[in-house]
Amino acid sequence: MDVRQWIVRFSELVTADASRLTRLDSDIGDGDHGTNLDRGLRAAVAALDSDLPPGKVLMTAGRTLVSKTGGASGPLYGTALRRAGKAFGDATEVDAAGLGAALRAALEGIKELGKAEEGDKTMVDALTPAVAAYEGAAGEGLAAATRAALDGAEKGAEATVALQARKGRASYLGPRSVGHLDPGAASTVLLFRALADVAGRS
Amino acid sequence: MANVGIVLISHSRALAEGAAELARQMGVGEVSVEPAGGTEDGGLGTSIDLLEAAVRKADGGGGVVLIADLGSSVLTAKTYLEDLEEDTEVVLADAPFVEGAVAAASAAAGGADVAGVTTAAGEAYQFRKT
Repeated sequence: MDVRQWIVRFSELVTADASRLTRLDSDIGDGDHGTNLDRGLRAAVAALDSDLPPGKVLMTAGRTLVSKTGGASGPLYGTALRRAGKAFGDATEVDAAGLGAALRAALEGIKELGKAEEGDKTMVDALTPAVAAYEGAAGEGLAAATRAALDGAEKGAEATVALQARKGRASYLGPRSVGHLDPGAASTVLLFRALADVAGRS
Repeated sequence: MANVGIVLISHSRALAEGAAELARQMGVGEVSVEPAGGTEDGGLGTSIDLLEAAVRKADGGGGVVLIADLGSSVLTAKTYLEDLEEDTEVVLADAPFVEGAVAAASAAAGGADVAGVTTAAGEAYQFRKT
């Protein structure tokens, strides 16, 4: 699997869905999630050199996201990708076990930076079941595991609708945040859709 | 020993500059208080590049205390600290933005070190208004 294609596909999906992500964020946040993440990912794609090994690709994409995104999704996705990149180390190929370790490292990085846990109505609610589902299916190979992860992310994101936000701008709304899909969880679904698309191709 | 510098990180350039103006009043010309507000093009958001430049400007050799407003300001500050390679001491204070900035500038002007300025900024949470 080509991790550069993962970032490219993630960027395409976010561009296509930017207005929906921003609308979700307008409902319970500051209304810039789609535009910010789209800007950061376009810059990340532009910064990627096709000759880099997987770990370096993710580190570069992560660093660009941190510097060009502008909103909280920059440091969060940026840290996730950099931790994933670090987990790959010098590996030249992406296998199912290696990707699983990278996804786990990404999740831990996001939880550490954002101090969010499951149930806080954040991207962690989509990421946690996605990583768990991936790990459960890793033995069946990359394509099956990434499909399981996408399914986990979708279910986790959907479950944020019923939750009251305890993190981020949405937490200022209190009970009024209930009944809305968390925009970070929604973009996390796109991250995993991109992964499943790219892993399914190879 | 040089005074501790202060960097104010906000989503809004105007808010960061206004808070810096207010805090400098307490710093009596002794303390460098630098704003890092908004994105590079002046929009709402946070820029790690502006933060980096502000820290360099604020640092007179005594270290720098960061005070952030909401969400991405805090996350960007933490990400910056994780990457920090310089030898200078930079600390993110757990403090209210405006009151913490004023308290930090007063403490820094009084010659407090990084730990002292950080503590003073955090104690600003305790000033009740009613």
